Amino acid sequence: MSQDIETIIRTLLSDVLGLSSEQVSALHNDSALFGAIPELDSMAVAGLLTELEDRLDITIDDDEVDGELFTTFGSLVGFAETKGAA
Amino acid sequence: MRPQPVHLHYSTATQSEYGLRFGPADADRIILIVPPLFDEMNRTRRMVAEAMRGLAKRDVASLLPDLPGCNESTAALSSQSIESWRRAVSDVATQLGATHVVSIRGGGLLDDAAGLPMWRLAPVKGASLLKTLLRARIAADKEAGIVTTAEQLIIEGQHDGLDLAGHAIGPAMLMDLEKAHPVASDEITEATLTDVAGTALWLRSEPGESPEMSAALAGYIDRWSASCGR
Repeated sequence: MSQDIETIIRTLLSDVLGLSSEQVSALHNDSALFGAIPELDSMAVAGLLTELEDRLDITIDDDEVDGELFTTFGSLVGFAETKGAA
Repeated sequence: MRPQPVHLHYSTATQSEYGLRFGPADADRIILIVPPLFDEMNRTRRMVAEAMRGLAKRDVASLLPDLPGCNESTAALSSQSIESWRRAVSDVATQLGATHVVSIRGGGLLDDAAGLPMWRLAPVKGASLLKTLLRARIAADKEAGIVTTAEQLIIEGQHDGLDLAGHAIGPAMLMDLEKAHPVASDEITEATLTDVAGTALWLRSEPGESPEMSAALAGYIDRWSASCGR
């Protein structure tokens, strides 16, 4: 399941940020996202959250969203795994 | 030769709006394209225009109207609603002689107003569009050191309207978006991205294009429209 969520998030980042498949597959747990990827602005964050909800069939409350969530690829996957398992 | 558009006008409410038309003047089929809404409209415009060129090469005409308050429109976005946009879709269909309707994403909230055979790509509920817009505002506020919640914003917006990601959303639009959903009907053919070799260009933070998707879309719309309607 964890592998699936990671794959879903790689695809999601590619769809929303227009990253190439090479860029997306090079992401590892410590890869920085917010601040490191110029395409990741507030509108992109909003789009990512809504798509994440649709693709994982989860609901994300706005108060769960803080700066930490998009710090690294690992933190985003970790959050999605916790939500997906709940 | 690369098909060139002509700019037409249609009137709705008290104003005149532009529409882009591609294809032969005497075409049997005139496809009205109801585009995605808000940011998604801008992100997909080039892909849609290229699909319209693809249709023109197949001798199928197509129309892409400016919705009131969008693109070249002189109307205020803040005075629009899903209702006013539905009237615009009905007006443009009648005045410019559309025979079929294709909608993409939020366009599916408006398409049935034309009363023509419909083809829908990846429709979305108004509430989902609104949620994304609200989130963008909350995220931007947070960066500016202001804490807001969706509930707070909606209450505020019901009186004064809201600026959401650069879009002036009036109270009527806000209320319409909360409840609008694509209307179900036997006259609708629904398609997903995989049907049209598509990528979700409407999600992209930077506008992009997809020649493959434009070509697939043109082919799909051509085959579908040949099989139904006038």
